[in-house]
Amino acid sequence: MKRKNHTSHTNRYILIGLSVFCALMMLLSSFSDKVGGPFRAIANITVIPLQQGINHIGGWMGDMKDNFSTLKQLQAENEKLQEQVDALTTENNYLQEERYEYERLQELYQLDQQYAEYEKTAAHVIGKDSGNWFSTFTIDKGSTDGIAVDMNVLSGSGLVGIVTEVGPTWAKVRSIIDDSTNISGMVLSTSDTCIVSGSLSLMSTGQISFDKMENNDNVVAVGDQIVTSYISDKYLQGILIGSVSEINVDSNNLTRSGYIIPAVDFRNIQEVLVITTTKAELTGEGQTE
Amino acid sequence: MKLIKTRRIVVTAAVILASYILQCTVFPALAISNIKPNLMLIVTASFGFMRGPREGMFVGFASGLLIDIQYGDMIGFYALIYLAAGFINGLFEQMYFDEDIKLPLFLIAGSDFIYGVVIYFLMFLLRSDFQFLYYLNRIIIPEAIYTIVITLAVYPLLLFINRRLEAEEKRSASKFV
Repeated sequence: MKRKNHTSHTNRYILIGLSVFCALMMLLSSFSDKVGGPFRAIANITVIPLQQGINHIGGWMGDMKDNFSTLKQLQAENEKLQEQVDALTTENNYLQEERYEYERLQELYQLDQQYAEYEKTAAHVIGKDSGNWFSTFTIDKGSTDGIAVDMNVLSGSGLVGIVTEVGPTWAKVRSIIDDSTNISGMVLSTSDTCIVSGSLSLMSTGQISFDKMENNDNVVAVGDQIVTSYISDKYLQGILIGSVSEINVDSNNLTRSGYIIPAVDFRNIQEVLVITTTKAELTGEGQTE
Repeated sequence: MKLIKTRRIVVTAAVILASYILQCTVFPALAISNIKPNLMLIVTASFGFMRGPREGMFVGFASGLLIDIQYGDMIGFYALIYLAAGFINGLFEQMYFDEDIKLPLFLIAGSDFIYGVVIYFLMFLLRSDFQFLYYLNRIIIPEAIYTIVITLAVYPLLLFINRRLEAEEKRSASKFV
């Protein structure tokens, strides 16, 4: 009996000790980012290589599955793609023409070209958030590949999220559909700004919401494109977020709000592009290091 | 004796690591309407009631810390929640005997439900998001149900590992007597 009491006392001490440790770490990590450093290094040698390995196996198995898809399917697809190529070629020619015109006009106005081309680097998604509440994922490039916190992440043409944490060979990306994300966006056609926020309750419908758009004379219709705005200090200007799917005037008659369908399909992101320039670098602000 | 102890530690660490990697890489592919089962909680709770509060605490702490490092906002948040889950499940060790699968199922389902409520309370309610019923129907209950289904497959495996280790320990203990 005495022995048993003894062990339960030790257990209590361990419980209290570890809890205090957790609380302390939480306090410290809310004040400084440096606390995570040693832990990230541990993750770097244990978990990340295994995740990368599994990812490779998954990719290989996906390839195998694709190999079995029937020839007929491929032929049909090829035909369709050929049609698409033709259509796109025509469109491309047209766009090229427009680009030359645009360049000429730009020279004419001596516009700043800093937003035209961002340098990007590609990365694979190697892991997703373990729970169901948030939408973050890990990519297989980190500080050794030049990734830093606050870099914007794209997939195809649309915005996926932002780098929030960096380890030596991995980085954590918080997606724009995450419940805790808020982005300053603007309507491409009218330049009206709004706040785009991800939401857990909208995630199943594949939408994100926006609000606080000024209710002025500018007509914003369903299908209009929303891009990141010039106000944001983290997101680079002019990256496509998605298109408006619903817009309503709020009951206060001053603002408008509604829903956006993101340009990226968040259910299966495998490869992403990271823009290796941050907004802080572009504007020359916040260079603390 | 020391060798046996090290072996237990190594095996336990391997189980935690394997389940964490499965959770982050394979389980997103198994998700039904965006809901994944919570494998880490199954492992934490199982070690809790199979081995007692102390081991439950250490397993929970390690699993939570792994999640914190890669996906948490603060180091220590999930570690604390899983630590508590391991400890509370450990208190049921005396009621547990390994032929019965009802108690483990009940404990794991209960843990997952309470885990969901706690996460809602700390991460959403405190940001003044009051749609509790929505989250309950959409995330907490589906996750608990899916986790039970996965438990039916995972728990026998954990039980088998534990039995093997315990048999080994008993053999080496009787050698010394």
